[in-house]
Amino acid sequence: MIRLTKLTKRYCKFTAVDGIDLEIRKGELFGFLGPNGAGKTTTMRMIAGILQPTAGTIEIAGDDLAADPLKAKQRLGFIPDRPYVYDKLTGAEFLRFVAALYGQDGEAVERRMEELLDLFELLPWKDELVESYSHGMRQKLIISSALLHRPEVIVVDEPMVGLDPKGQRFLKELFRAFVDRGGTVLMSTHTLDTVEEMCDRIGIIVGGKILACGTMAEVRQQTAGGDAKLEELFLKLTGGVIDREMDLILD
Amino acid sequence: MDQPRQPSLTTITIPKWRTAVNRFRQERSGGSGRFLLLTLVALGCWLGIFGVVFRVLRYLQSTSEVGVPLAAKGLSILLLSFASLLLLSNLVTALSAFFLAKDLDLLVSSPVDWLHLYLAKLGETLLHSSWMVALIAVPIFTAYGLVFDGGFLFPLVVIGALVPYFVLPSVVGSALTLALVNIFPARRTRDLLSLIAIGAVGGLVLLFRLVRPERLSRPEGMRNLIDYLQGLQAPTSPFLPSEWASQMIMNWLQRTGDPLPVLLLWSTAAAFVVLGAMLHGRLYHGGFSKAQEGAERFVRGRAWSGIGARLFRSMPAARREFVLKDIRLFFRDTTQWSQLILLAVLLVVYVFNIKSLPLFSGEKVPVFLVTLVVFLNLGLAGFVLAAIAARFVFPAVSLEGKQMWLLRSSPLDLRALLWSKYWTGTVPLLVLAVAITAGTNLLLQATPFMMVVSLGTIVLFTFALSALALCFGALYPRFDTENAAQIPTSFGGLVFMMSAVVLLGVVLVLEATPVLGYLRAQFAGEDATMGLGMLASLGGVVLLCGLCTVIPLRIGLRRMEAMEF
Repeated sequence: MIRLTKLTKRYCKFTAVDGIDLEIRKGELFGFLGPNGAGKTTTMRMIAGILQPTAGTIEIAGDDLAADPLKAKQRLGFIPDRPYVYDKLTGAEFLRFVAALYGQDGEAVERRMEELLDLFELLPWKDELVESYSHGMRQKLIISSALLHRPEVIVVDEPMVGLDPKGQRFLKELFRAFVDRGGTVLMSTHTLDTVEEMCDRIGIIVGGKILACGTMAEVRQQTAGGDAKLEELFLKLTGGVIDREMDLILD
Repeated sequence: MDQPRQPSLTTITIPKWRTAVNRFRQERSGGSGRFLLLTLVALGCWLGIFGVVFRVLRYLQSTSEVGVPLAAKGLSILLLSFASLLLLSNLVTALSAFFLAKDLDLLVSSPVDWLHLYLAKLGETLLHSSWMVALIAVPIFTAYGLVFDGGFLFPLVVIGALVPYFVLPSVVGSALTLALVNIFPARRTRDLLSLIAIGAVGGLVLLFRLVRPERLSRPEGMRNLIDYLQGLQAPTSPFLPSEWASQMIMNWLQRTGDPLPVLLLWSTAAAFVVLGAMLHGRLYHGGFSKAQEGAERFVRGRAWSGIGARLFRSMPAARREFVLKDIRLFFRDTTQWSQLILLAVLLVVYVFNIKSLPLFSGEKVPVFLVTLVVFLNLGLAGFVLAAIAARFVFPAVSLEGKQMWLLRSSPLDLRALLWSKYWTGTVPLLVLAVAITAGTNLLLQATPFMMVVSLGTIVLFTFALSALALCFGALYPRFDTENAAQIPTSFGGLVFMMSAVVLLGVVLVLEATPVLGYLRAQFAGEDATMGLGMLASLGGVVLLCGLCTVIPLRIGLRRMEAMEF
């Protein structure tokens, strides 16, 4: 469903993403992990068509993003890490606007909107300006907007930030149900327990390169991690905090 | 636990001045062309202001008796006008600095005492509000110093007068903002202040124009010199700091040893800072807490949206929703729609200027003069439209700002976005262009030929103008700004205005030939016929405006496609 080939992004001399190859299959929930500044968000923003790759290709459901961006984007729902939306629109107006971006309008959109707003408990707020929404409510609104056009692929960056435990649980169930119905999810998060619990496969990116990729068992094998938990494998690959440094800070 | 040592004022303000230094370095390294252009424009403005003031002062100096008092009065009126602008600017800036700035959470949550915070933020407000006036003051006071032989200590005297003169409106503006925030929520206060500021600036311009200052240049309208001087006395008062600053400077230039203005200025400024600090100590904490509340929930313009939805029903969904979204955002954001007040003022002044022209004061006016004025009016209308496009069309791309992730990740064809932005800007501009050109031409009693030429030109020019504004808006976007009113004053806004003026100049030069041909025919009493030269000139205008519509739109589209977020 998502295929990245030699995907590279350079900012002047700095290489944020360094020729990664990755394939995420239909019906798969893929966890994308890495320390801060490893290149996760850059990769996801390239897949969403927001950043242009310096080299390499991106295919979404068989459509090349560079050659046919509109067709590829039609299949995609992107949920960014920072929920920037138009403050001076109401929730309903925002969703109607997003639906129109995907070429949809009319009664069907109104019904779908009501369903999604109800599902995310935003229905009482639908006619309020977005500027009065909390961070979590904005996040829910953006997730609703990404689902509005029934995408085949969801690319989601740090979805749990700002959500309450109930919202987090609901989102996990939602993504699981989405992939069970044949959808594909690429999710980046720092919550390793969530990844271990939900994801079919994971990829760990460090310094713009994927160091390990596969199921939990395969990652353990690749890192010679025995039966270590994901947190230990992650720290092994990315480098943990040195005890001496910790002492320096706390003493 | 011991009281923590207070960080110095320098420490508190480090992020601000380091940011300014880094931004300056970025600007310089970002492109020497841009830096050079800005420097040249600034130097040009300085030289222009210096030249005018110097000539006026030289003239005044040469006229015995009334010259020097007039120069003093001029300075006093100038400082009074600056003071009102400074007060307005401080009101708006203080709200950002004291209540809405992003660094406040950090500062308020850290153990910085209220006095340090007050002084740091007062300094920030003062600098942000006063730098432009300070820059404009440089050539003006240079001219005063040179004409009246101020000597090498004169700059120090000016600084000594201007520092307390700048401090006073900052303290008053900050205190008023503090009081307002304690009454209204900060966001409402921001709306209120932008409205007051824009309304007041508009009112000032309008007032200045409607008193018809050009009459001062016609002494036959005045009974005698005493009347004239008394008229000049009116706007100032011995209780105003601007008057004290003006006296302090003029005393130095006239070698008068009167310490009173100096004492008044500095003691009042010091007293105001103390009073302001006391007020801050009492009210700031509550006000800051209130400033965190009060997001707007009331939705404006539902009825208009309904009308718009019906009006644009036949359009494709994406384009329709884009246009509707832009209209909604415009009328719900006070910083955007309040600029309509300035637009209205600009138009009233413009039409008033045309109406005040002494063309039809009884005598028969030659066709030549009327045609010339109508032709020049075309240039003026073009310039007014360029200023309006800079305010309303140029910021269109920047205003998408942080929401660009949504537009770029959706299958929206950017041409649809550009299309929507173009027509949302062009249609109102076109209506305005035709209305002011036709209206002022009617006032000027233009001939049918000139009416057709003017209207045709202004329509073509408006299409090109809108495209240029969008193009430069996409080439120099300001995605980080929170205030739409600041976007047109950016570097890109300046470049757009310059290119619009160049286009206008070329169009007028091209049209000079057919207009001259027409005039010659009129002069000879013949019917004006369309010769080859006339056709070529008019064709050139059509071609130029067409190219200036299509090419900028293409460049803008390409730029938007290449934008990264």
